[in-house]
Amino acid sequence: MPAEPPIDSPRKLFEAYAHLAAGPTRPIAGGTDVMVAITGELGPIPERMLDLSRLDELRGISLEDGALLLGAQTTYAEIRRSTLCREHLPALVEAAATIGAAQIQNRGTIGGNIANASPAGDTLPVLLATDAVILVGGQRGEREVAASDFFVDYRKTALAADELILTVRIPLQRGRSLRFRKVGTRRAQAISKVVMALAWHDLGTAGWRDVRVALGSVAATPIRAGATEAVLEGAQPTPEVADRAAETLAGELKPIDDVRSTAEYRRMVSARILHRLLRDAGGW
Amino acid sequence: MPTRTLTPGTEAVERALVVDPGQRVPGRASGFPLRREGPAKLTGAAKYTDDLVFPGAWYGITIRSTEARAKLVAIEPDPDVDWSKVVIATAADIAGDNVVSLIKDDQPLLVPVGGEIRHHAEPVALIAAPDRETLRELKGRIKLVTEPLPPVFDPEESDHVFAQYDVSRGDLDAGFRSADLILEGEYRVGHQEQLYIENQAMIAVPGEDGGIVIHGSMQCPYYIHKAMKRALKLSSVQARVIQEETGGGFGGKEEYPSMLALHASLLALKARRPVRMIYERHEDIAATTKRHPAIVRHRTGVTRDGRLVAQDIEVVMDGGAYCTLTPVVLSRGVLHAGGPYRCPNVRLRGRATRTNTPPNGAFRGFGAPQTEFAAETQLNRLAEALNMSPAEIRRRNVYRLDDTTPTGQVLRESVAGEEVLEKALGASLFERIRERTGLEAAARRGSGTIPAGPLRTGDQRLAPGIGLALAWHGAGFTGSGEVMLKSVASVELTADGRIRVLTANTEMGQGTKTVFPQMVASELGVPADWVEYAPQDTAEVLDSGPTVASRTVMVVGGLVIHAARKLKAEVEARSSGVPFHEAFRDDARSHGATRIDQQFEPYPGVSFDDATYLGDAYPAYGWAAAVASVEVDLDTAEVHVRDVIAVDDVGKVIHPILCEGQVEGGTLQAVGYATIEEIKLRDGRYLNDRLATYLIPTALDAPHIRSILVEAPYSGAPHGAKGVGELPMDVGAPAVVAAIHDATGVWITDLPATPEKILEAMHGSGSGSGGSAAGRGAAA
Amino acid sequence: MSAYRFLVNGTPAEVDVPGMRRLLDVLREDLGLTGTKEGCGEGECGACSVILDGQVVDACLVPISQVEGRIVRTVEGLSLAARERGSLDSLQEAFLEHGAAQCGICTPGMLMAARAYLDAGGDDDEDRIREAIAGNLCRCTGYTKIVDAIAAVAHAD
Repeated sequence: MPAEPPIDSPRKLFEAYAHLAAGPTRPIAGGTDVMVAITGELGPIPERMLDLSRLDELRGISLEDGALLLGAQTTYAEIRRSTLCREHLPALVEAAATIGAAQIQNRGTIGGNIANASPAGDTLPVLLATDAVILVGGQRGEREVAASDFFVDYRKTALAADELILTVRIPLQRGRSLRFRKVGTRRAQAISKVVMALAWHDLGTAGWRDVRVALGSVAATPIRAGATEAVLEGAQPTPEVADRAAETLAGELKPIDDVRSTAEYRRMVSARILHRLLRDAGGW
Repeated sequence: MPTRTLTPGTEAVERALVVDPGQRVPGRASGFPLRREGPAKLTGAAKYTDDLVFPGAWYGITIRSTEARAKLVAIEPDPDVDWSKVVIATAADIAGDNVVSLIKDDQPLLVPVGGEIRHHAEPVALIAAPDRETLRELKGRIKLVTEPLPPVFDPEESDHVFAQYDVSRGDLDAGFRSADLILEGEYRVGHQEQLYIENQAMIAVPGEDGGIVIHGSMQCPYYIHKAMKRALKLSSVQARVIQEETGGGFGGKEEYPSMLALHASLLALKARRPVRMIYERHEDIAATTKRHPAIVRHRTGVTRDGRLVAQDIEVVMDGGAYCTLTPVVLSRGVLHAGGPYRCPNVRLRGRATRTNTPPNGAFRGFGAPQTEFAAETQLNRLAEALNMSPAEIRRRNVYRLDDTTPTGQVLRESVAGEEVLEKALGASLFERIRERTGLEAAARRGSGTIPAGPLRTGDQRLAPGIGLALAWHGAGFTGSGEVMLKSVASVELTADGRIRVLTANTEMGQGTKTVFPQMVASELGVPADWVEYAPQDTAEVLDSGPTVASRTVMVVGGLVIHAARKLKAEVEARSSGVPFHEAFRDDARSHGATRIDQQFEPYPGVSFDDATYLGDAYPAYGWAAAVASVEVDLDTAEVHVRDVIAVDDVGKVIHPILCEGQVEGGTLQAVGYATIEEIKLRDGRYLNDRLATYLIPTALDAPHIRSILVEAPYSGAPHGAKGVGELPMDVGAPAVVAAIHDATGVWITDLPATPEKILEAMHGSGSGSGGSAAGRGAAA
Repeated sequence: MSAYRFLVNGTPAEVDVPGMRRLLDVLREDLGLTGTKEGCGEGECGACSVILDGQVVDACLVPISQVEGRIVRTVEGLSLAARERGSLDSLQEAFLEHGAAQCGICTPGMLMAARAYLDAGGDDDEDRIREAIAGNLCRCTGYTKIVDAIAAVAHAD
């Protein structure tokens, strides 16, 4: 039986903000990360908990001004079931389907995935690849933070201590292609060894534009591979380009050895899955 | 028709759903009894140890070393803490010998002050408290003052040998001289965690007589009983051990439970109240026994037509910090190391050494999965070197009736190596599929103008592969183990007319509670649900030996059948020939209770010399073949094991559903062993010590497993059965590794065959993430 | 401490415990429903699976404050109608006949995952069944007979 710190369960956002402003309190949404940490005593036990589950303002998926809006409390199961997500952002649905298994998907939330900021967070490369924006709020007001600015360091985000993640806004772009691939040790309940999201606009002979190559599990945070994006920007997915992109990616990544995998595997496999995606896109 | 309504949790539940042989029942169990304790497990009524409630019980926790090797200078509870509300136990509190009694007396329950810490997570002190909050606060407040000592982690560098064996036959040099091809290979297997889903659990309840009653999760009540008498200085009556519903064991609850039971007992005696010690998963993985890692070296000579003429095999096993069962694991590993093959010139050498890592112990297969992985992979590599089918090389060498093993044992009966091989080949269409996978592999190598490379994918992403392995597994205990045990099992007719089977053999999912009543009922001519299975309580049953070594049905089942036959004969003698099933109730009324105790008698014609290791190592052998089909993602080297066909000769199938269940479960454990179950260590500490990092297959990872059961009965057992639990564990891993080779062209000789190793072997980046060196073949 | 009220197997329950107490501990210790098991405490093994408002979840990851006003089903209440009659429901029956339970420790969680799958309209497609129970680790059976049992019930429904 683990530690049981006191918990507040506000029904309204302003109450939640007040709790956050009043002193150290650890938000809990679906609990799929936080409860594991408390039970396993992975780090100090929080003094106080803030239960987000009754904040209906943080629920819902909608389409607005050409963007998909997901409330922070949206679960992976809800993403998978959502017709909006399936129609407009199947890569996110794919990512959600690779997380844990049914029990985790029914509880884990996209807000939690973002706030937890694990370098292996499976939705995070999709957010980076789509230029997503995270709306956060607190007593001091609301602000937007680009996903690319959100992940500051290992498990550290741009969120202030008195702020909550409210919504994720994912701009939808006509003509944008988006691909997702996760490599884990087994086919369910696996933390990724490498996870990638690739986005581009195909302008035919004018080549690819607005290319995004986003990866997880290869650095302290989810990242974009800038040098690789530069190789692909304006280029077509030919065998030569694919080779160059793969080599560039292998060169710019600095993954580590850990309990799950090796730096060398991560480097090679990142390059290989990019190469395969380019191959598939190029049709050769 | 038996009634199908029941009240969950009552005894009626356990008896109502049995089916008389011959009665038709919808579903596949027809004709055989349904699991005796099935309804209780399915309704949540079955009580495992942590489900039990003992009012007033305290909770116990273990304080463990954080170093691999050190001198324990002092145990210092924080002086700022009020310790009066809790109980601390150390080695000083041990009334008897500070020893967990097993084979060698080298493992203490708790490291004594002035003694040596020999592994990470070694138990040093215990705390009991009224609630878990207190335990959580206090467990970090006991300081262990130590002086570090230099640890040894490499079993080949260690000079402390727990056991060694050397078995030779024929003339090895002459054998190699006559070979057309000589192949060497080195194979490594790592730790494997049993990963029973129910963590280790014990509750110790002090008795009025100064004794202790243990309720716990275990395989061997009498191992614990013996350990308690020794360490706690209790009599056979004062020490009482009761097995509760046990959520899996696989060997992991063979010897370790004694340690935990002793810890709980110490605290209970000192606190003078019941104490619960239920491990959390992290502690269970960090501190309990694992499968012995091993290094196996082969040097093999074959003729050009594929006959084995010389086998020189060396086995080195890592025993961890204490002896536990290591000599027996090594023994079985060495005796099986040549594989199920005829070879006139053989040398099998093995040694097991001590390292400063947690002690290793029993896990399904018990040494054989390690050495048979090596033997089968070596043979598959030989087939490749000879350009011969792996099926054909086995046909040419597999033991046949009247062949002789390295210990000089003549296989006089119950030899089914050929039969399981042919059945597996036929059921899997092995040769035909292998031809196809070969063509696909060739096409991949030849196709396209752009060859694949380390950072470049090939045309084809998914590659199929098929692999074959064959194994043997000695039935029952090695050598004179069974004779020394002198197990006793009983069948009784009580004065009130109930038929009971009494053994110490436990149910842990394999079906003991179902098959023993089934077997006795069959002998007595009564429905299975008229036969009770007595609880595994040392106050109630005699020592029929441990529930290990796949001996339950074969050996103890044999005793139980003999006892039943004697009971039947006795009652019928008194009833002037009226059959037992009609006579027994009257007999109980008029004659009172009858109890038959049947002691193990040596199997006829079986003799083994423990000193020379020559003779009949086992009374009989089980035989198994497996064909695995995989699909390898060539981009990432991820392996999906799609199908396994598992053919097992068990001597006699007593209950087909339960028997298949053992084959299916064992096969998946072997698949996990081959692919994703990995423990990395740093400074003698397991890094994979949670379920997020020690991974076993989920339902999505598991292959289709088709189990084909074969019967080559052993005449020494009254029912012909030879055991099934461990046999499937010996073949699964080499079959998967062979299939990976078929798909990719690379041999992984170091388990698990992870994608990291496969990718490195395929595209060699040179950074060396794990042994995958192919052996070097050298023509003679 | 607060009082939390919710339904368990159709019966109202009220517990006065810290809000961060795991649903698993409330079930097992405060309500005496020990059918739900703890295998890992880290949401990996699924032995603690229960159905919460129709969805299968790991009870070791749910704080009781989040169960307020909701509907919980555990193995003890797998089929309320069947329980009143004293018999096994179709899923339990199928597990028994197919030999889908060996040591039984994963079985309650496995049944709840299967029940949630079937209640949501799950069919006898093997891949979908395996996905539905991918969060329930079994070490004894190799999953073969578990999948067979669930498929048999799906097929019959």
